[in-house]
Amino acid sequence: MIRDLANPTRFMSLAGALLPWVSGVAVLLLAIGLYQVWFVAPADYQQGETVKIMYIHVPAAWLSLFFYSTMALSALGTLVWRHPLADVSQKAAAPIGAAFTLICLVTGSLWGKPMWGTYWQWDARLTSMLVMLLIYLGILALWNAIEEPNRAGRAVSILTLVGAVNVPIVKFSVDWWNTLHQPASVFRLGGPTIHSSMLIPLLVIAVAFTLVGVALHLAGMRTEILRRRVRTLTILEAERLDARAA
Amino acid sequence: MRSFRALLIRDLKLAARVGGSGMMGLVFFLAIVTLIPFALGPDLNLLSRIGPAILWIAALLATLIGLDRLFQADEEDGSLDLLRLAPVPMEIVVLAKVLAHWLTTGLPLALAAPFFGLLVALSPEAMLAMVVTLLVGTPALTFIGAIGAALTASLRRGGLILAILVLPFMIPTLIFGVAAANAAVGGTVPFETPFLILAALSLIAAVIGTFGAAAALRAGE
Repeated sequence: MIRDLANPTRFMSLAGALLPWVSGVAVLLLAIGLYQVWFVAPADYQQGETVKIMYIHVPAAWLSLFFYSTMALSALGTLVWRHPLADVSQKAAAPIGAAFTLICLVTGSLWGKPMWGTYWQWDARLTSMLVMLLIYLGILALWNAIEEPNRAGRAVSILTLVGAVNVPIVKFSVDWWNTLHQPASVFRLGGPTIHSSMLIPLLVIAVAFTLVGVALHLAGMRTEILRRRVRTLTILEAERLDARAA
Repeated sequence: MRSFRALLIRDLKLAARVGGSGMMGLVFFLAIVTLIPFALGPDLNLLSRIGPAILWIAALLATLIGLDRLFQADEEDGSLDLLRLAPVPMEIVVLAKVLAHWLTTGLPLALAAPFFGLLVALSPEAMLAMVVTLLVGTPALTFIGAIGAALTASLRRGGLILAILVLPFMIPTLIFGVAAANAAVGGTVPFETPFLILAALSLIAAVIGTFGAAAALRAGE
């Protein structure tokens, strides 16, 4: 499966066929999820309506880590197997992950003002997430700095793998340090500590966000493949003109 | 081993005779330490309380200043290509160059810390703690920076992007460096706890930095 996809043309046709379906289901689930959040899910007895920020905040945080892991796996694919699509996948995942990280930080800070009384707190979870955003931005900067796609891919892979140490730090920061941010309440040993009337909309939104992310990732990969084709064709054309002039 | 020593001596000679990046780092360090009291106001109590933090930030920035030339100069004049062809593992090359770089920037910074500590009214114990923590902590900064330097060796304006790439990774070193320096002058945590973590960070950075920078240099050919 993975080896078959090494052929960019085959990947293009498969991704092109999948993309409308993934996007369609994503939109549908997002509509259902948002409906549930606004009209079905109860307001929290302490937080009131601000609890609804959580339905955006938590999935965005999960996907920020999800896309970093995708990038790290793709980086292994680039360095170890020299898979031709691995660095395309890495490059497409970086801006999506950075966007989810930013959404997570912004929604968290909007929730923090009424609940904690401050937009920002130098707490382990918040700080490690901010570092995550900085690492994402560094990766994007390095992609832009090196022009040749293959060299850029290998350089970014090394940076991505070094930065992967931050993923477990973000995940377990609430367990290792005594933080203001509440500890994990969904993915934990002993089951979720959140009532099903809130858990179900949260999971629906999480799946919807994941599909939105996957759709964006596929579209980004297709764009990147096309961009590389244009680049190669431009170089070939320039060489042809050069040869004719000589 | 012979090539390691030859490379180390070559880099030390280059640092002593051309440009003198070690001196520049110290001057930059002094400039930052001088600048901060202008921003905060010359309140000696406040300065001595945040002195370790000021010195650590200044040391971090001073380390960063020279890093972009670590591999770039060799990339430009072609000696890096010769080193790639040489029968020496790239890891040894990186280790020699980083060690030379640390001896000319990190070590002088650590040794000069008591003098700069006078400017921010540090107590003698705090000065000693600064020397020890900088001595143990700055190798981590140099090794982490080496990865960034290797990744940006062939870029024309590598300096700025180098800073963006490596600063997030230097945060843990900064946290535990300042924590250890503060713990030495009092506080609830014993000095050893953050200090040992700082030493561990340096050792981990030495491993990851050496292999990461070597991989980046090989990938960059």
